[in-house]
Amino acid sequence: MRTSEITRRAFLATTTAALGVIAARADDGAQELGAPRRPYGERSPFEKSARYFRESATPASASSRTPLQDLFGIITPSALHYEVHHSGVPQIDPHQHELLIHGLVERPLIFTMDDLHRLPSVSRIHFLECAGNSGGEQVGRAGPNPQRSHGLLSCSEWTGVPLRILLEEAGMKTGARWIVAEGADAGKLARSIPLEKALDDVLVAYGQNGEALRPEQGYPVRLIVPGWEGNVNIKWLGRLHVVDQPYMTPYETAGYTDLMPDGRARQFTFVMEAKSVITRPAGEQQLSGPGFYEITGLAWSGRGRITRVEVSTDGGKAWQDAELNEPVLPKAITRFRLPWSWKANETSIASRCTDETGYVQPTRDSLLAVRGLNATDHYNGIKTWYVHADGKVSHE
Amino acid sequence: MNRNWFCGLCATMAVATAAIAQSTHYSVGRVATPDEIRKRDISVGPDGSGLPVGHGTVQQGRLIYQMLCANCHGDRGQGIGPYPALVGGQGTLASPKPILTVGSYWPYATTVWDYIRRTMPYQKPGSLSVDETYSLTAFILYMNGILGESTKLNEKILPAIKMPNRDGFVPDPRPDVSVTKDKN
Repeated sequence: MRTSEITRRAFLATTTAALGVIAARADDGAQELGAPRRPYGERSPFEKSARYFRESATPASASSRTPLQDLFGIITPSALHYEVHHSGVPQIDPHQHELLIHGLVERPLIFTMDDLHRLPSVSRIHFLECAGNSGGEQVGRAGPNPQRSHGLLSCSEWTGVPLRILLEEAGMKTGARWIVAEGADAGKLARSIPLEKALDDVLVAYGQNGEALRPEQGYPVRLIVPGWEGNVNIKWLGRLHVVDQPYMTPYETAGYTDLMPDGRARQFTFVMEAKSVITRPAGEQQLSGPGFYEITGLAWSGRGRITRVEVSTDGGKAWQDAELNEPVLPKAITRFRLPWSWKANETSIASRCTDETGYVQPTRDSLLAVRGLNATDHYNGIKTWYVHADGKVSHE
Repeated sequence: MNRNWFCGLCATMAVATAAIAQSTHYSVGRVATPDEIRKRDISVGPDGSGLPVGHGTVQQGRLIYQMLCANCHGDRGQGIGPYPALVGGQGTLASPKPILTVGSYWPYATTVWDYIRRTMPYQKPGSLSVDETYSLTAFILYMNGILGESTKLNEKILPAIKMPNRDGFVPDPRPDVSVTKDKN
């Protein structure tokens, strides 16, 4: 049956092709057959959107940025997820990889990837944002487009085991207060995370947008620490050490600490506060003429849900509520939209968001008044784009 | 010690910890042997916990530094291009151009040791021996005026070193910006 079916199809295909050739002689409307199937899909060759990075003398310790202005909805395609690596991207065989949990536990345990796949899983949509995202805005080097200004931000559906389950399997001993999470990358990057957060909503994730994590995002397994600075979301997770105190790793002392005007530095500034950015129209884009445009952008908060996004189209004098696209999820990107009629006038547009704690995204001036110019991490000021009379949109 | 600011958080976490059921629900995963843990555990705490027994000297550190480090960080630790300075900057943290180095900024000497062992030299992280790591740490601390030239460094002396900026860190006070919204 199967053989004869194939034979019949082959016959039809040959016949059709022959007819096609004949038809092509008679009729200019003849169509060429499209491409065949393929085992792993690729985007249209007409689509060129890509991560942005500059050449670097130390490419293994560098970042790339998500093209926020090209994206629709709230999910970042895995291939366009931003990257920050400190010792390059390791290639890890999932069959060899193990996760060790030890320290102040009743039973030190080792989990293989198969073990992790057996355990109860959840899927949740969360943003990841580097602590340094939009830090250039703070110090007055505004990014010329959303990718350059805010592109150390992405949002994915992550699937994995709640860390709480693994910690309960191991059993916490008295005195357990923090965990040190460590990657299996060349530099074994490690961060201390309070046990309270570890038991709350942290995931040991192996899935990203329906498939396995990409290597750049921590294949085969990583931490997802919802709402907290990207660096604590340890990639290539290999070890969880349950301890009594923070271990003062380089990335929580020398780095990701915010130097204040008095010379002291804030430490363990984990939460990424509420922030938003208009992605269209935005810097380096061109309005083709007066008339209707949809203003759209992204808002997110590490403290929970976005409850409101307001947009100004007149340089901050009046603010209108934008529509929030459902679903509005906690610690995830929310897409907002506002219809706008441009009258070919020179103006500026900006967005500001509010989260469920009542926190309102501040202006750059109000942040600088408190934090000064030496702190470049955890900046979340309002971002303005300037629309010129000729329709050009720019960052200044 | 400025660790008292952890206490509020710790009290909350103690409650959370007590709430964990101490029973194994799934029995998935295998028990790690002491040997498996020893091979993988490279954590070093600020109190010196986890530091392996070993020792190093400034003189030995200088030799290793010249061979493996000076090419990127400069022969005096001054930094070159993307490779950061390791020396200097004390007294600059409140200035418009703060220079953040091991000497001016890093609060714990254990972190220096741990970072060198994990990540240096840049092209071959993890390749230094325990004693080489003590020696390099000693030389960098010496260049910053934190250790004398004849000091021998080991797992007991290292965590006892008080770094210049040890008390320079404060807990997260955010939300720190009070927003007065425009009335629509």
